[in-house]
Amino acid sequence: MNDATNDRRILLDPTGEREPAARPRAPRPAALPGRSVGLVDIAKPRGDVFLDRLAERLRARGLRVERFAKPTFTKPAPLDLRQKIAETCDVVIQALAD
Amino acid sequence: MDAPAAALPLDDGLVAVVKRACPTCTLVAPVLASLADGGRLVVASQDDPAFPGGVGGVRDDRDLALSWRLGIRTVPTLIRFDGGRESGRTEGWDRAAWEALAGVGGLGPGLPAFRPGCGSRSLEPGVAEALEARFGTRLRARRIEAGALEDEIELCFARGWSDGLPVVPPTPVRVLAMLEGTTRAPDEVVAVVPPDLVPCTVEKVAINAVLAGCRPEYLPVVIAALEAACSDAFNVHGVLATTWFAGPMLIVNGPVATRIGMNAGLNCLGQGNRANATIGRALQLVVRNVGGGRPGEVDRATLGQPGKVGFCFAEREHDSPWESLATERAAIPPERSAVTLFAASGVQGVADQLSRTPGSLVRSFALALRAVGHPKAVIAFDAVLVVSPEHARVFREAGWAKARLRAELEELLAIPGRELVRGAGGIAEGVPEHLAGATLPKFRPGGLLIVHAGGTAGLFSAVIGGWVSGAVGSEPVTREIGT
Repeated sequence: MNDATNDRRILLDPTGEREPAARPRAPRPAALPGRSVGLVDIAKPRGDVFLDRLAERLRARGLRVERFAKPTFTKPAPLDLRQKIAETCDVVIQALAD
Repeated sequence: MDAPAAALPLDDGLVAVVKRACPTCTLVAPVLASLADGGRLVVASQDDPAFPGGVGGVRDDRDLALSWRLGIRTVPTLIRFDGGRESGRTEGWDRAAWEALAGVGGLGPGLPAFRPGCGSRSLEPGVAEALEARFGTRLRARRIEAGALEDEIELCFARGWSDGLPVVPPTPVRVLAMLEGTTRAPDEVVAVVPPDLVPCTVEKVAINAVLAGCRPEYLPVVIAALEAACSDAFNVHGVLATTWFAGPMLIVNGPVATRIGMNAGLNCLGQGNRANATIGRALQLVVRNVGGGRPGEVDRATLGQPGKVGFCFAEREHDSPWESLATERAAIPPERSAVTLFAASGVQGVADQLSRTPGSLVRSFALALRAVGHPKAVIAFDAVLVVSPEHARVFREAGWAKARLRAELEELLAIPGRELVRGAGGIAEGVPEHLAGATLPKFRPGGLLIVHAGGTAGLFSAVIGGWVSGAVGSEPVTREIGT
């Protein structure tokens, strides 16, 4: 069957073959006071303790703080929550737990 | 597609595809010679361009390019073309059909009226896939050519396609052979795979199944497992991303397990069976390669566990005292096949060599199950209890149905809150103090799965702990296996 096989060694790509779109970064604000900062509680134990203190410190610096919470830490934030954060906040502090 | 399709030998007239090795083709050689003499016929020979003798201008089709283009199944095949389009064909020797196609009478006067043909060389085992790989357009995945001095397996490692073990290089021929294992079209989307949320086609599943070392007949199990894994209930994104040990474990029920040679007996949670070893691995490679879920990136496991390479076994149904997991969970009857996905965190052995009554043995099980996650953790982690045949015999002989075993376990695993609260036993870990007066179940309703598996010697069973359970984490998902 050599006639019908191919001498070139071809492999098929097993990946998603993604080509992520490049997005420009949002413009950085010149100054923070008066801006609203979003804090997202991802629903891990004691995350609220950390975020309460962070909110306190941010407010002391003249920032407005908006609080959000994910329904469960095991799944990505729902789309409507992400949209609400984008609509409400000028700045978001994002972090992972553990 | 590596090669252009073969050109038609003529736009108007007859094409006959033959091979010398076919007795019917030899029989009709004089007929072919007479038609060719009239300039109405081109003969294409699959194995010997000198055959049939006495026919001029035989087209050499030893590379089967024309046979593939014409979709030849049988030789001889006689095809009529009008204006470059096929207007009729007949397979084998059938005088009336040949005369109708050729528009002449009195063909092969000394021949019988009818003789069946032989199989086309283009359909021989392995050849069909090679031709499809060369001329076909079914495969859409990007083609990557290995350099002349490049080892294909090393290429797979270098491109990050491996879980750390060698993979089978996914050549087009191997992928096409894998696709023969399913009736589903290569371009059909099976699931949207986290974490990158990439639509994954049957072809991409097949490529990763080749990488994992699967045989084609395993592919429907891998496809069903991927559908189950990517459901919101199973939440493979969370299972992948967690710092906990969890990885998807597959439990297969129904006749497919025997048909593809899965192991439900001796060492069924261990190594040594190709189907067990590669089906779970194929799912994990899809998550890695298509979904983009890799250890150290979105996979944040603190320690992980070896089952994350792939964890798959079949339930031992033929002598089980109980209905199968798939029947119990999803009312799938025993004659149909299903796969159940569970977010598994490793195997904990349970040794009890002295219990001869179910009342004693169930207490051993309850103590072992209490340790899942943490002995003070309740309603937090699911678990699978894998009951071995020797342990199962104790329940069978006492007439305990699976429901009875589960009910007794639930009773034994209703734990006083005072043992569980933070600080109890000198251990800071625990439930909040206000639950001290409550009685709390170890498992949420539906959070304890019971299956029968293993070899016939050994009074050992196994507890396989889960991950964050239920709607906030991962729920076990049972899905019927299609074709």
